[in-house]
Amino acid sequence: MAANPAAVMSCGACGPSCRQTLNEGVWTNNPVAVQMLGVCSALAVTSRLENSIVMGMALIFVAAMSNLFVSLLRNATPRRIRMIAEVTIIATFVIVFDQLLKAFYPEMSESLGPYVGLIITNCIIMGRAEAFAMQNPPAISVVDGIANGIGYAAVLILIGAAREVLGSGELLGRTVLSPDWYTGNLVMILAPGAFIALGFLIALANHIKPPQTEASK
Amino acid sequence: METSPLLILFAAIFTNNILLASFLGMCSFLACSQQIETAIGLGAAVTFVMTCTSVINYLIYYGILVEGAPLVAADLTFMSFIVFIAVIAAFVQFVEMFIERFSPKLYYALGIFLPLITVNCAILGASLFMVIRSYTLGQSLGFGFGGGIGWALAIVLMAGLRKKMNYSNVPAPFRGVAIIMVVTGVMAMVFMGFVGMVQIQ
Repeated sequence: MAANPAAVMSCGACGPSCRQTLNEGVWTNNPVAVQMLGVCSALAVTSRLENSIVMGMALIFVAAMSNLFVSLLRNATPRRIRMIAEVTIIATFVIVFDQLLKAFYPEMSESLGPYVGLIITNCIIMGRAEAFAMQNPPAISVVDGIANGIGYAAVLILIGAAREVLGSGELLGRTVLSPDWYTGNLVMILAPGAFIALGFLIALANHIKPPQTEASK
Repeated sequence: METSPLLILFAAIFTNNILLASFLGMCSFLACSQQIETAIGLGAAVTFVMTCTSVINYLIYYGILVEGAPLVAADLTFMSFIVFIAVIAAFVQFVEMFIERFSPKLYYALGIFLPLITVNCAILGASLFMVIRSYTLGQSLGFGFGGGIGWALAIVLMAGLRKKMNYSNVPAPFRGVAIIMVVTGVMAMVFMGFVGMVQIQ
């Protein structure tokens, strides 16, 4: 299995297996906690668990679809304009998701504000399109997009749950820590709480699996 | 009553700092805050591009995209994401070519930062906030400029703190990005102290 990093890398060239791709995106190379990509929205939308879930779904959808189309068009795209082509494809799917959200779930659209649109500049999607979909066939690219989307969503859900529970004692709007003995820690809902929660999450990930040193990368 | 652009400028720097309160532009904030000089260069480039693109995007949004706009009557607001990002990319490219031709010195100082800016979410975020909060032209100018200054202020402060942090004994799992996140959190808390100085929605 994907125990040693060199083996994973060499498999990248000869067409990685589905399982490895999933494992990399969700855990060993988690986009937020390990690669520090897409941090902006991971901080901004996580004040409530519900927002985190919707945002995670948005990212899974956009990453999978844009990886699919970037990969399908990879042989037809001239190298010089590939960035513009990628951005256009990504923006198209972000618009689709934004319109769906506005139509079926307007309150959520309101509460996420500009952060749905900001998926366009989310480095995860651009990074996967550039690093993976440009070199690999469509099917595995979709798996890669979904894997990275799940990795991102998992981090968001963890932070969202921690912030909502610590901040207001509620989870998805239901009281879990009774207000009789627990006073909501307002700072967790406000901006500083987001930074601190993500900092501790990254430290926890480092503690479980110490980061690779520069030499072994 | 309409909020004055100057008020919005100060609010965007202190109370509604685009990085510390809206979490925008984190990627380059983490990547380029090791050196104070680099931070200042990037901050200046972001301020310039953010100010100009907010105004250009304002003109395009209200001149073309909105329903019943002077140039095209149809409602094209759903196209705004794609138009905004194209404007930003094109503007950055244009500025790069322009300063390369007319001021090589400035190009060497700022040039390497310009491509980074296209994918800086703070720039696109400023344009999206401008639309969501329905700012006027003057307010957009104030918000774009103030947002840029606020971002530059945050990254320069962080660069200074990181220099000091090189000498401190940080617990092993927190080394690297984790401690930067926690420090940024404390910084955001400090900036919350400005709340009450100016009030915008």
